[in-house]
Amino acid sequence: MLKGRLLKDRIARHYMLLATIFSIFILFLIGGGLLVKSLPIMQEKSLWTLLTTSNWRPFKGDFGFASYILSTLYVTAIAIAIALPLSLLTSIYIIEYASPRILRAFTAVVDLLSGIPPVIYGVWGTLTIVPFISEKLAPHFVEFSTGYSVLAGGIVLAIMIIPLIISILIEVFSAVPKEMREASLSLGATKWQTVKKVVIRKSIPGIVAATVLAISRAFGETIAVLMVCGNFTTLPKSIFDACYPIPALIANNYGEMMSVPRYESALMFAAFLLFFIIVLFNVISRLVLIQIDKRYQL
Amino acid sequence: MKKLEEKIFKILMIGSTVLILSILLYILYVIMKKGLPSLSWDMISKIPSGGFYLGKEGGILNAIMGSLYLIFFSVVISLMISVPVVMYLNFTLRRKSKLAAFARLTFDVLFGIPSIVYGAFGFTVMIYFGLQASLLGGIIAISLLIIPVMIRSIDEVAILIPNDLVEATKSLGATNYETIKVITRQLLPGISTAVLLSVGRGIGDAATVLFTAGYTDSIPTSLTQPTASLPLAIFFQLSSPVEEVQNRAYAAALVLTIIILTLSFAARYFSRRLSKNKI
Repeated sequence: MLKGRLLKDRIARHYMLLATIFSIFILFLIGGGLLVKSLPIMQEKSLWTLLTTSNWRPFKGDFGFASYILSTLYVTAIAIAIALPLSLLTSIYIIEYASPRILRAFTAVVDLLSGIPPVIYGVWGTLTIVPFISEKLAPHFVEFSTGYSVLAGGIVLAIMIIPLIISILIEVFSAVPKEMREASLSLGATKWQTVKKVVIRKSIPGIVAATVLAISRAFGETIAVLMVCGNFTTLPKSIFDACYPIPALIANNYGEMMSVPRYESALMFAAFLLFFIIVLFNVISRLVLIQIDKRYQL
Repeated sequence: MKKLEEKIFKILMIGSTVLILSILLYILYVIMKKGLPSLSWDMISKIPSGGFYLGKEGGILNAIMGSLYLIFFSVVISLMISVPVVMYLNFTLRRKSKLAAFARLTFDVLFGIPSIVYGAFGFTVMIYFGLQASLLGGIIAISLLIIPVMIRSIDEVAILIPNDLVEATKSLGATNYETIKVITRQLLPGISTAVLLSVGRGIGDAATVLFTAGYTDSIPTSLTQPTASLPLAIFFQLSSPVEEVQNRAYAAALVLTIIILTLSFAARYFSRRLSKNKI
Protein backbone atom coordinates (compact mmCIF):
# COMPACT_ATOMS: atom_id res chain seq x y z
CA MET A 1 0.00 0.00 0.00
CA LEU A 2 2.65 2.49 1.05
CA LYS A 3 4.88 1.27 -1.75
CA GLY A 4 2.16 2.04 -4.29
CA ARG A 5 1.68 5.54 -2.90
CA LEU A 6 5.39 6.24 -2.93
CA LEU A 7 5.68 4.95 -6.49
CA LYS A 8 2.87 7.24 -7.63
CA ASP A 9 4.56 10.11 -5.84
CA ARG A 10 7.85 9.42 -7.56
CA ILE A 11 6.26 9.17 -11.00
CA ALA A 12 4.37 12.44 -10.44
CA ARG A 13 7.53 14.18 -9.26
CA HIS A 14 9.49 13.10 -12.31
CA TYR A 15 6.69 14.05 -14.68
CA MET A 16 6.41 17.52 -13.12
CA LEU A 17 10.16 18.05 -13.32
CA LEU A 18 10.14 16.93 -16.94
CA ALA A 19 7.28 19.30 -17.83
CA THR A 20 9.09 22.18 -16.11
CA ILE A 21 12.37 21.53 -17.87
CA PHE A 22 10.60 21.13 -21.21
CA SER A 23 8.70 24.40 -20.89
CA ILE A 24 11.83 26.33 -19.86
CA PHE A 25 13.62 24.67 -22.72
CA ILE A 26 11.12 26.02 -25.29
CA LEU A 27 12.79 29.44 -25.07
CA PHE A 28 16.25 28.06 -25.80
CA LEU A 29 14.90 25.71 -28.44
CA ILE A 30 13.32 28.61 -30.34
CA GLY A 31 16.43 30.79 -30.02
CA GLY A 32 18.77 27.96 -31.03
CA GLY A 33 16.56 26.82 -33.91
CA LEU A 34 16.27 30.29 -35.39
CA LEU A 35 20.01 30.91 -34.97
CA VAL A 36 20.98 27.68 -36.73
CA LYS A 37 18.61 28.46 -39.58
CA SER A 38 19.98 31.97 -40.01
CA LEU A 39 23.66 30.95 -39.94
CA PRO A 40 24.01 30.50 -43.75
CA ILE A 41 23.12 34.12 -44.48
CA MET A 42 25.25 35.41 -41.59
CA GLN A 43 28.28 33.52 -42.89
CA GLU A 44 27.81 34.92 -46.35
CA LYS A 45 27.24 38.56 -45.44
CA SER A 46 28.52 40.57 -42.53
CA LEU A 47 26.01 41.53 -39.88
CA TRP A 48 26.74 45.16 -40.68
CA THR A 49 25.79 44.77 -44.37
CA LEU A 50 22.60 42.94 -43.49
CA LEU A 51 21.49 45.60 -41.03
CA THR A 52 22.54 48.82 -42.77
CA THR A 53 21.95 48.34 -46.50
CA SER A 54 18.50 48.55 -47.98
CA ASN A 55 18.90 46.60 -51.24
CA TRP A 56 16.32 43.83 -51.21
CA ARG A 57 16.61 41.63 -54.29
CA PRO A 58 16.33 38.07 -52.97
CA PHE A 59 16.78 36.41 -56.34
CA LYS A 60 20.04 38.25 -56.98
CA GLY A 61 21.25 37.53 -53.48
CA ASP A 62 20.87 41.06 -52.05
CA PHE A 63 19.46 41.04 -48.55
CA GLY A 64 19.51 44.47 -46.90
CA PHE A 65 17.17 44.83 -43.96
CA ALA A 66 17.57 48.58 -43.37
CA SER A 67 14.21 49.66 -44.79
CA TYR A 68 12.36 46.97 -42.83
CA ILE A 69 14.19 47.84 -39.64
CA LEU A 70 13.47 51.55 -40.12
CA SER A 71 9.81 50.80 -40.87
CA THR A 72 9.54 48.85 -37.65
CA LEU A 73 11.20 51.67 -35.70
CA TYR A 74 8.99 54.39 -37.23
CA VAL A 75 5.76 52.52 -36.59
CA THR A 76 6.81 51.68 -33.04
CA ALA A 77 7.88 55.27 -32.30
CA ILE A 78 4.49 56.62 -33.38
CA ALA A 79 2.69 53.94 -31.39
CA ILE A 80 4.64 54.73 -28.21
CA ALA A 81 4.26 58.49 -28.71
CA ILE A 82 0.47 58.06 -28.78
CA ALA A 83 0.05 55.25 -26.28
CA LEU A 84 2.38 56.31 -23.47
CA PRO A 85 0.85 59.71 -22.59
CA LEU A 86 -2.70 58.34 -22.87
CA SER A 87 -1.88 55.34 -20.68
CA LEU A 88 -0.04 57.45 -18.09
CA LEU A 89 -2.89 59.94 -17.76
CA THR A 90 -5.50 57.21 -17.61
CA SER A 91 -3.77 55.02 -15.06
CA ILE A 92 -2.95 57.96 -12.78
CA TYR A 93 -6.58 58.98 -12.95
CA ILE A 94 -8.02 55.59 -12.12
CA ILE A 95 -5.50 54.86 -9.35
CA GLU A 96 -5.27 58.26 -7.68
CA TYR A 97 -8.51 60.06 -8.39
CA ALA A 98 -11.29 57.69 -9.40
CA SER A 99 -13.43 55.60 -7.05
CA PRO A 100 -12.71 51.88 -6.58
CA ARG A 101 -15.78 51.09 -8.64
CA ILE A 102 -14.40 52.96 -11.67
CA LEU A 103 -11.10 51.13 -11.16
CA ARG A 104 -12.91 47.79 -11.29
CA ALA A 105 -14.98 48.77 -14.31
CA PHE A 106 -11.96 50.05 -16.14
CA THR A 107 -10.02 46.85 -15.52
CA ALA A 108 -12.78 45.14 -17.50
CA VAL A 109 -12.27 47.63 -20.34
CA VAL A 110 -8.52 46.97 -20.32
CA ASP A 111 -9.12 43.19 -20.28
CA LEU A 112 -11.46 43.41 -23.24
CA LEU A 113 -9.10 45.63 -25.24
CA SER A 114 -6.20 43.26 -24.64
CA GLY A 115 -8.39 40.27 -25.49
CA ILE A 116 -9.42 41.52 -28.94
CA PRO A 117 -7.37 39.55 -31.51
CA PRO A 118 -4.88 41.42 -33.73
CA VAL A 119 -6.79 40.51 -36.88
CA ILE A 120 -9.89 42.32 -35.56
CA TYR A 121 -7.78 45.44 -34.92
CA GLY A 122 -6.59 45.03 -38.51
CA VAL A 123 -10.15 44.90 -39.87
CA TRP A 124 -11.12 47.92 -37.79
CA GLY A 125 -8.02 49.80 -38.94
CA THR A 126 -8.70 49.20 -42.63
CA LEU A 127 -12.34 50.22 -42.18
CA THR A 128 -11.78 53.39 -40.15
CA ILE A 129 -8.19 54.63 -39.76
CA VAL A 130 -7.03 53.99 -43.33
CA PRO A 131 -9.88 55.88 -45.09
CA PHE A 132 -9.67 58.64 -42.46
CA ILE A 133 -6.00 59.18 -43.27
CA SER A 134 -6.36 59.05 -47.05
CA GLU A 135 -9.50 61.20 -47.25
CA LYS A 136 -9.36 63.61 -44.31
CA LEU A 137 -5.88 63.87 -42.87
CA ALA A 138 -3.33 63.31 -45.62
CA PRO A 139 -4.71 65.84 -48.19
CA HIS A 140 -3.71 68.64 -45.80
CA PHE A 141 -0.08 67.58 -45.87
CA VAL A 142 0.78 65.56 -48.98
CA GLU A 143 -0.60 65.24 -52.49
CA PHE A 144 -1.63 61.64 -52.33
CA SER A 145 -1.78 58.85 -49.81
CA THR A 146 -3.60 55.53 -49.99
CA GLY A 147 -4.02 55.65 -46.24
CA TYR A 148 -2.10 52.40 -45.85
CA SER A 149 0.80 54.08 -44.11
CA VAL A 150 3.27 54.41 -41.26
CA LEU A 151 0.72 56.55 -39.42
CA ALA A 152 -2.09 53.99 -39.77
CA GLY A 153 0.21 51.26 -38.44
CA GLY A 154 1.29 53.50 -35.56
CA ILE A 155 -2.27 54.36 -34.52
CA VAL A 156 -3.52 50.75 -34.64
CA LEU A 157 -0.45 49.55 -32.75
CA ALA A 158 -0.90 52.30 -30.16
CA ILE A 159 -4.41 51.07 -29.38
CA MET A 160 -3.10 47.50 -29.13
CA ILE A 161 -0.34 48.32 -26.63
CA ILE A 162 -2.40 50.70 -24.46
CA PRO A 163 -3.97 47.86 -22.42
CA LEU A 164 -0.53 46.31 -21.83
CA ILE A 165 0.97 49.59 -20.57
CA ILE A 166 -2.06 50.45 -18.43
CA SER A 167 -2.20 47.06 -16.72
CA ILE A 168 1.48 47.27 -15.77
CA LEU A 169 1.22 50.93 -14.70
CA ILE A 170 -1.76 50.13 -12.47
CA GLU A 171 0.38 47.58 -10.65
CA VAL A 172 3.37 49.91 -10.50
CA PHE A 173 1.36 52.82 -9.06
CA SER A 174 -0.45 50.61 -6.57
CA ALA A 175 2.93 49.33 -5.35
CA VAL A 176 3.80 52.81 -4.04
CA PRO A 177 3.04 52.58 -0.30
CA LYS A 178 0.09 54.52 1.04
CA GLU A 179 2.26 55.92 3.84
CA MET A 180 4.40 57.83 1.35
CA ARG A 181 1.36 59.55 -0.09
CA GLU A 182 0.05 60.34 3.37
CA ALA A 183 3.40 61.73 4.49
CA SER A 184 3.42 64.07 1.52
CA LEU A 185 -0.19 65.17 2.07
CA SER A 186 0.36 65.78 5.76
CA LEU A 187 3.24 68.14 4.91
CA GLY A 188 0.74 70.32 3.12
CA ALA A 189 1.26 69.18 -0.45
CA THR A 190 -1.79 69.15 -2.68
CA LYS A 191 -3.06 65.93 -4.21
CA TRP A 192 -1.51 66.79 -7.58
CA GLN A 193 1.85 67.69 -6.04
CA THR A 194 1.82 64.35 -4.24
CA VAL A 195 1.09 62.52 -7.48
CA LYS A 196 3.76 64.42 -9.37
CA LYS A 197 6.54 64.46 -6.78
CA VAL A 198 5.94 61.20 -4.93
CA VAL A 199 3.95 58.68 -6.92
CA ILE A 200 5.38 59.34 -10.38
CA ARG A 201 8.92 59.89 -9.15
CA LYS A 202 8.85 56.64 -7.19
CA SER A 203 7.42 54.84 -10.22
CA ILE A 204 9.92 55.92 -12.85
CA PRO A 205 11.68 52.52 -13.07
CA GLY A 206 8.29 50.86 -13.46
CA ILE A 207 7.19 53.33 -16.12
CA VAL A 208 10.41 52.69 -18.05
CA ALA A 209 9.93 48.93 -17.73
CA ALA A 210 6.34 49.19 -18.98
CA THR A 211 7.50 51.26 -21.95
CA VAL A 212 10.24 48.80 -22.86
CA LEU A 213 7.75 45.91 -22.69
CA ALA A 214 5.35 47.87 -24.89
CA ILE A 215 8.13 48.57 -27.41
CA SER A 216 8.96 44.89 -27.63
CA ARG A 217 5.29 44.03 -28.10
CA ALA A 218 5.05 46.61 -30.89
CA PHE A 219 8.16 45.25 -32.60
CA GLY A 220 6.63 41.82 -32.95
CA GLU A 221 3.03 42.63 -33.81
CA THR A 222 2.30 41.11 -37.20
CA ILE A 223 -1.16 40.74 -38.63
CA ALA A 224 -2.73 44.06 -37.64
CA VAL A 225 0.28 46.01 -38.88
CA LEU A 226 0.46 43.93 -42.05
CA MET A 227 -3.15 44.85 -42.83
CA VAL A 228 -2.76 48.63 -42.53
CA CYS A 229 0.86 49.44 -43.44
CA GLY A 230 0.79 48.95 -47.20
CA ASN A 231 3.85 46.66 -47.35
CA PHE A 232 6.05 48.48 -49.81
CA THR A 233 9.79 47.88 -49.81
CA THR A 234 10.97 51.50 -49.83
CA LEU A 235 12.18 53.89 -47.21
CA PRO A 236 9.08 55.82 -46.16
CA LYS A 237 9.60 59.56 -46.68
CA SER A 238 6.68 60.77 -44.59
CA ILE A 239 4.28 59.22 -42.12
CA PHE A 240 1.71 59.04 -44.94
CA ASP A 241 3.87 56.66 -46.99
CA ALA A 242 3.56 52.91 -46.97
CA CYS A 243 6.09 50.91 -44.99
CA TYR A 244 7.04 47.29 -44.44
CA PRO A 245 7.90 46.21 -40.87
CA ILE A 246 9.93 43.04 -40.23
CA PRO A 247 7.08 40.80 -38.92
CA ALA A 248 4.99 41.64 -42.00
CA LEU A 249 7.96 40.71 -44.20
CA ILE A 250 8.20 37.30 -42.54
CA ALA A 251 4.44 36.69 -42.68
CA ASN A 252 4.14 37.64 -46.34
CA ASN A 253 7.07 35.66 -47.67
CA TYR A 254 7.73 32.75 -45.40
CA GLY A 255 6.43 29.37 -46.47
CA GLU A 256 6.38 30.19 -50.18
CA MET A 257 10.07 30.84 -50.28
CA MET A 258 11.34 27.48 -49.17
CA SER A 259 12.68 26.82 -52.67
CA VAL A 260 15.25 29.61 -52.42
CA PRO A 261 17.47 28.46 -49.56
CA ARG A 262 19.21 31.77 -48.90
CA TYR A 263 15.89 33.59 -48.92
CA GLU A 264 14.63 31.27 -46.22
CA SER A 265 17.78 31.84 -44.22
CA ALA A 266 17.37 35.61 -44.59
CA LEU A 267 13.81 35.47 -43.29
CA MET A 268 14.90 33.28 -40.39
CA PHE A 269 17.58 35.86 -39.67
CA ALA A 270 14.80 38.47 -39.49
CA ALA A 271 12.89 36.24 -37.06
CA PHE A 272 16.03 35.71 -34.99
CA LEU A 273 16.66 39.46 -34.89
CA LEU A 274 13.13 40.03 -33.57
CA PHE A 275 13.52 37.18 -31.09
CA PHE A 276 16.86 38.45 -29.80
CA ILE A 277 15.78 42.06 -29.28
CA ILE A 278 12.46 41.10 -27.73
CA VAL A 279 14.04 38.60 -25.32
CA LEU A 280 16.63 41.19 -24.30
CA PHE A 281 14.01 43.90 -23.70
CA ASN A 282 11.75 41.50 -21.84
CA VAL A 283 14.47 40.21 -19.51
CA ILE A 284 15.57 43.74 -18.60
CA SER A 285 12.09 45.08 -17.93
CA ARG A 286 10.92 41.97 -16.08
CA LEU A 287 13.95 42.14 -13.78
CA VAL A 288 13.12 45.78 -13.03
CA LEU A 289 9.47 44.89 -12.32
CA ILE A 290 10.47 41.98 -10.05
CA GLN A 291 12.75 44.36 -8.14
CA ILE A 292 9.87 46.82 -7.64
CA ASP A 293 7.66 44.00 -6.42
CA LYS A 294 10.24 42.86 -3.88
CA ARG A 295 11.03 46.31 -2.53
CA TYR A 296 7.50 47.03 -1.42
CA GLN A 297 6.27 43.57 -0.52
CA LEU A 298 8.34 43.19 2.63
CA MET B 1 -1.64 78.65 -10.04
CA LYS B 2 -1.14 75.35 -8.26
CA LYS B 3 -4.82 74.60 -8.66
CA LEU B 4 -4.84 75.50 -12.35
CA GLU B 5 -2.19 72.91 -13.22
CA GLU B 6 -4.09 70.24 -11.36
CA LYS B 7 -7.31 71.22 -13.10
CA ILE B 8 -5.76 71.05 -16.56
CA PHE B 9 -4.26 67.66 -15.86
CA LYS B 10 -7.48 66.36 -14.38
CA ILE B 11 -9.33 67.30 -17.55
CA LEU B 12 -6.62 65.60 -19.62
CA MET B 13 -6.80 62.49 -17.45
CA ILE B 14 -10.58 62.17 -17.63
CA GLY B 15 -10.35 62.91 -21.36
CA SER B 16 -7.92 60.10 -22.04
CA THR B 17 -9.88 57.64 -19.90
CA VAL B 18 -13.05 58.43 -21.83
CA LEU B 19 -11.12 58.25 -25.12
CA ILE B 20 -9.86 54.73 -24.40
CA LEU B 21 -13.35 53.59 -23.40
CA SER B 22 -14.84 55.07 -26.57
CA ILE B 23 -12.19 53.43 -28.77
CA LEU B 24 -13.25 50.05 -27.37
CA LEU B 25 -16.91 50.81 -28.02
CA TYR B 26 -16.12 52.16 -31.49
CA ILE B 27 -14.22 48.97 -32.43
CA LEU B 28 -17.12 46.80 -31.27
CA TYR B 29 -19.61 49.05 -33.08
CA VAL B 30 -17.73 48.90 -36.41
CA ILE B 31 -17.33 45.12 -36.27
CA MET B 32 -21.02 44.68 -35.46
CA LYS B 33 -22.22 47.11 -38.11
CA LYS B 34 -20.19 45.34 -40.80
CA GLY B 35 -20.78 41.81 -39.58
CA LEU B 36 -24.46 41.71 -38.58
CA PRO B 37 -25.93 42.15 -42.11
CA SER B 38 -23.90 39.18 -43.39
CA LEU B 39 -24.42 36.94 -40.38
CA SER B 40 -27.07 34.31 -41.12
CA TRP B 41 -27.73 30.67 -40.34
CA ASP B 42 -26.33 29.69 -43.75
CA MET B 43 -23.18 31.64 -43.00
CA ILE B 44 -22.34 29.66 -39.91
CA SER B 45 -23.68 26.28 -41.02
CA LYS B 46 -22.20 25.90 -44.51
CA ILE B 47 -18.70 25.54 -45.88
CA PRO B 48 -17.73 27.83 -48.78
CA SER B 49 -18.35 26.49 -52.27
CA GLY B 50 -16.38 27.37 -55.37
CA GLY B 51 -13.21 28.25 -53.46
CA PHE B 52 -13.00 30.43 -50.35
CA TYR B 53 -11.31 33.28 -52.24
CA LEU B 54 -13.67 33.70 -55.21
CA GLY B 55 -16.74 31.50 -54.67
CA LYS B 56 -19.82 33.51 -53.78
CA GLU B 57 -21.81 30.75 -52.09
CA GLY B 58 -21.53 29.19 -48.68
CA GLY B 59 -20.36 30.28 -45.26
CA ILE B 60 -17.58 29.96 -42.74
CA LEU B 61 -18.30 26.62 -41.07
CA ASN B 62 -14.88 25.34 -42.19
CA ALA B 63 -13.19 28.14 -40.25
CA ILE B 64 -15.38 27.76 -37.16
CA MET B 65 -14.85 24.00 -36.93
CA GLY B 66 -11.14 24.36 -37.77
CA SER B 67 -10.64 26.88 -34.99
CA LEU B 68 -12.55 24.70 -32.51
CA TYR B 69 -10.43 21.63 -33.34
CA LEU B 70 -7.21 23.64 -33.13
CA ILE B 71 -8.01 25.24 -29.81
CA PHE B 72 -9.47 22.12 -28.18
CA PHE B 73 -6.40 19.96 -28.75
CA SER B 74 -3.99 22.80 -27.98
CA VAL B 75 -5.69 23.50 -24.66
CA VAL B 76 -5.63 19.80 -23.68
CA ILE B 77 -1.90 19.56 -24.49
CA SER B 78 -1.09 22.82 -22.72
CA LEU B 79 -3.03 21.80 -19.63
CA MET B 80 -1.06 18.57 -19.42
CA ILE B 81 2.14 20.61 -19.31
CA SER B 82 1.10 23.78 -17.47
CA VAL B 83 -0.62 22.29 -14.43
CA PRO B 84 2.34 20.03 -13.48
CA VAL B 85 4.75 22.93 -14.00
CA VAL B 86 2.80 25.22 -11.66
CA MET B 87 2.48 22.43 -9.07
CA TYR B 88 6.19 21.76 -9.25
CA LEU B 89 7.17 25.43 -8.92
CA ASN B 90 4.82 26.14 -6.03
CA PHE B 91 4.40 22.97 -3.99
CA THR B 92 7.41 20.76 -4.65
CA LEU B 93 10.23 23.29 -4.83
CA ARG B 94 11.01 25.43 -1.81
CA ARG B 95 9.42 28.90 -1.72
CA LYS B 96 12.63 30.78 -2.44
CA SER B 97 14.02 28.30 -4.97
CA LYS B 98 16.38 29.73 -7.61
CA LEU B 99 15.02 27.32 -10.22
CA ALA B 100 11.49 28.58 -9.64
CA ALA B 101 12.58 32.22 -9.98
CA PHE B 102 14.45 31.42 -13.18
CA ALA B 103 11.49 29.45 -14.56
CA ARG B 104 9.10 32.33 -13.84
CA LEU B 105 11.37 34.80 -15.62
CA THR B 106 11.55 32.42 -18.60
CA PHE B 107 7.75 32.18 -18.80
CA ASP B 108 7.45 35.97 -18.62
CA VAL B 109 9.87 36.22 -21.54
CA LEU B 110 8.11 33.45 -23.49
CA PHE B 111 4.85 35.34 -22.91
CA GLY B 112 6.38 38.38 -24.63
CA ILE B 113 7.59 36.54 -27.72
CA PRO B 114 5.47 37.51 -30.74
CA SER B 115 3.25 34.90 -32.33
CA ILE B 116 4.97 35.24 -35.71
CA VAL B 117 8.14 33.85 -34.10
CA TYR B 118 6.17 30.88 -32.72
CA GLY B 119 4.69 30.41 -36.18
CA ALA B 120 8.05 30.54 -37.95
CA PHE B 121 9.63 28.24 -35.38
CA GLY B 122 6.70 25.82 -35.54
CA PHE B 123 7.08 25.72 -39.30
CA THR B 124 10.81 24.86 -39.10
CA VAL B 125 10.02 22.07 -36.64
CA MET B 126 7.40 20.74 -39.06
CA ILE B 127 9.85 20.84 -41.98
CA TYR B 128 12.38 19.01 -39.82
CA PHE B 129 9.90 16.20 -39.19
CA GLY B 130 8.63 16.26 -42.77
CA LEU B 131 5.14 17.53 -41.89
CA GLN B 132 2.99 19.58 -44.26
CA ALA B 133 0.81 22.48 -43.12
CA SER B 134 -1.80 20.61 -41.14
CA LEU B 135 -4.11 20.49 -38.14
CA LEU B 136 -1.27 18.86 -36.19
CA GLY B 137 1.18 21.63 -37.13
CA GLY B 138 -1.32 24.28 -36.04
CA ILE B 139 -1.92 22.47 -32.76
CA ILE B 140 1.83 22.35 -32.02
CA ALA B 141 2.30 26.06 -32.75
CA ILE B 142 -0.76 27.18 -30.76
CA SER B 143 0.24 24.95 -27.81
CA LEU B 144 3.67 26.61 -27.73
CA LEU B 145 1.94 30.00 -27.82
CA ILE B 146 -0.50 29.36 -24.97
CA ILE B 147 1.66 27.30 -22.58
CA PRO B 148 3.26 30.46 -21.10
CA VAL B 149 -0.14 32.21 -20.94
CA MET B 150 -1.59 29.29 -19.02
CA ILE B 151 1.36 28.78 -16.68
CA ARG B 152 1.48 32.47 -15.72
CA SER B 153 -2.25 32.63 -15.17
CA ILE B 154 -2.46 29.50 -12.96
CA ASP B 155 0.72 30.51 -11.13
CA GLU B 156 -0.86 33.82 -10.13
CA VAL B 157 -3.54 31.91 -8.21
CA ALA B 158 -1.24 29.16 -6.93
CA ILE B 159 1.00 31.70 -5.20
CA LEU B 160 -1.97 32.77 -3.08
CA ILE B 161 -2.62 29.26 -1.67
CA PRO B 162 -1.72 29.42 2.01
CA ASN B 163 1.29 27.39 3.07
CA ASP B 164 -0.75 26.10 6.04
CA LEU B 165 -2.90 24.05 3.70
CA VAL B 166 0.15 22.34 2.22
CA GLU B 167 1.62 21.70 5.67
CA ALA B 168 -1.66 20.45 7.13
CA THR B 169 -2.01 17.92 4.32
CA LYS B 170 1.58 16.77 4.61
CA SER B 171 1.40 16.49 8.39
CA LEU B 172 -1.43 13.95 7.97
CA GLY B 173 1.07 11.74 6.16
CA ALA B 174 0.13 12.55 2.60
CA THR B 175 2.81 12.26 -0.05
CA ASN B 176 3.67 15.23 -2.22
CA TYR B 177 1.46 13.86 -5.02
CA GLU B 178 -1.53 13.44 -2.67
CA THR B 179 -1.02 16.96 -1.35
CA ILE B 180 -1.14 18.26 -4.89
CA LYS B 181 -4.42 16.44 -5.50
CA VAL B 182 -5.92 18.30 -2.53
CA ILE B 183 -4.54 21.62 -3.71
CA THR B 184 -5.87 21.10 -7.25
CA ARG B 185 -9.39 21.49 -5.82
CA GLN B 186 -8.42 24.90 -4.51
CA LEU B 187 -6.88 25.79 -7.83
CA LEU B 188 -9.90 24.90 -9.99
CA PRO B 189 -11.17 28.49 -10.37
CA GLY B 190 -7.66 29.56 -11.33
CA ILE B 191 -7.32 26.76 -13.84
CA SER B 192 -10.66 27.49 -15.49
CA THR B 193 -9.85 31.19 -15.78
CA ALA B 194 -6.50 30.23 -17.29
CA VAL B 195 -8.20 27.96 -19.82
CA LEU B 196 -10.63 30.69 -20.88
CA LEU B 197 -7.77 33.17 -21.17
CA SER B 198 -5.66 30.86 -23.32
CA VAL B 199 -8.62 29.91 -25.51
CA GLY B 200 -9.08 33.61 -26.18
CA ARG B 201 -5.43 34.13 -26.99
CA GLY B 202 -5.10 30.98 -29.11
CA ILE B 203 -8.32 31.16 -31.10
CA GLY B 204 -7.76 34.71 -32.32
CA ASP B 205 -4.14 34.53 -33.33
CA ALA B 206 -3.47 34.53 -37.04
CA ALA B 207 0.32 34.65 -37.23
CA THR B 208 0.86 31.27 -35.53
CA VAL B 209 -1.43 29.33 -37.86
CA LEU B 210 -0.47 31.24 -41.02
CA PHE B 211 2.25 28.78 -42.04
CA THR B 212 1.52 25.87 -39.77
CA ALA B 213 -2.17 25.05 -40.30
CA GLY B 214 -2.66 26.25 -43.86
CA TYR B 215 -6.15 26.98 -45.20
CA THR B 216 -8.79 24.90 -46.91
CA ASP B 217 -12.47 24.92 -47.87
CA SER B 218 -13.34 21.72 -46.09
CA ILE B 219 -13.42 20.55 -42.49
CA PRO B 220 -10.38 18.39 -41.66
CA THR B 221 -11.02 14.71 -40.94
CA SER B 222 -7.50 13.79 -39.76
CA LEU B 223 -4.56 15.41 -38.03
CA THR B 224 -2.45 15.55 -41.18
CA GLN B 225 -4.94 17.54 -43.24
CA PRO B 226 -4.70 21.31 -43.46
CA THR B 227 -7.41 23.25 -41.70
CA ALA B 228 -9.11 26.64 -41.93
CA SER B 229 -9.33 28.95 -38.92
CA LEU B 230 -11.35 32.03 -38.02
CA PRO B 231 -8.51 34.59 -37.94
CA LEU B 232 -7.21 33.43 -41.31
CA ALA B 233 -10.77 33.34 -42.70
CA ILE B 234 -10.89 37.07 -41.91
CA PHE B 235 -7.38 37.79 -43.14
CA PHE B 236 -7.61 35.96 -46.48
CA GLN B 237 -11.20 36.69 -47.43
CA LEU B 238 -10.98 40.40 -46.65
CA SER B 239 -8.51 40.90 -49.51
CA SER B 240 -10.77 39.17 -52.03
CA PRO B 241 -12.17 41.33 -54.85
CA VAL B 242 -15.60 39.63 -54.55
CA GLU B 243 -18.04 41.41 -52.25
CA GLU B 244 -19.78 38.23 -51.03
CA VAL B 245 -16.41 36.84 -49.98
CA GLN B 246 -15.56 40.03 -48.11
CA ASN B 247 -18.87 39.72 -46.31
CA ARG B 248 -17.78 36.28 -45.15
CA ALA B 249 -14.71 37.95 -43.65
CA TYR B 250 -16.87 40.48 -41.78
CA ALA B 251 -19.15 37.70 -40.54
CA ALA B 252 -16.10 35.74 -39.36
CA ALA B 253 -14.82 38.87 -37.59
CA LEU B 254 -18.13 39.23 -35.77
CA VAL B 255 -18.21 35.53 -34.80
CA LEU B 256 -14.65 35.77 -33.47
CA THR B 257 -15.46 38.95 -31.54
CA ILE B 258 -18.54 37.35 -29.99
CA ILE B 259 -16.43 34.34 -28.93
CA ILE B 260 -13.81 36.62 -27.37
CA LEU B 261 -16.43 38.71 -25.52
CA THR B 262 -18.16 35.58 -24.20
CA LEU B 263 -14.84 34.15 -22.98
CA SER B 264 -13.95 37.40 -21.28
CA PHE B 265 -17.25 37.63 -19.42
CA ALA B 266 -17.15 33.93 -18.55
CA ALA B 267 -13.67 34.37 -17.08
CA ARG B 268 -14.92 37.18 -14.82
CA TYR B 269 -17.97 35.15 -13.80
CA PHE B 270 -15.97 31.99 -13.09
CA SER B 271 -13.27 33.67 -11.06
CA ARG B 272 -15.97 35.12 -8.81
CA ARG B 273 -18.33 32.11 -8.70
CA LEU B 274 -15.97 29.18 -8.40
CA SER B 275 -14.00 30.62 -5.54
CA LYS B 276 -16.34 29.12 -2.92
CA ASN B 277 -13.79 26.38 -2.23
CA LYS B 278 -11.27 29.00 -1.36
CA ILE B 279 -9.83 29.25 2.13
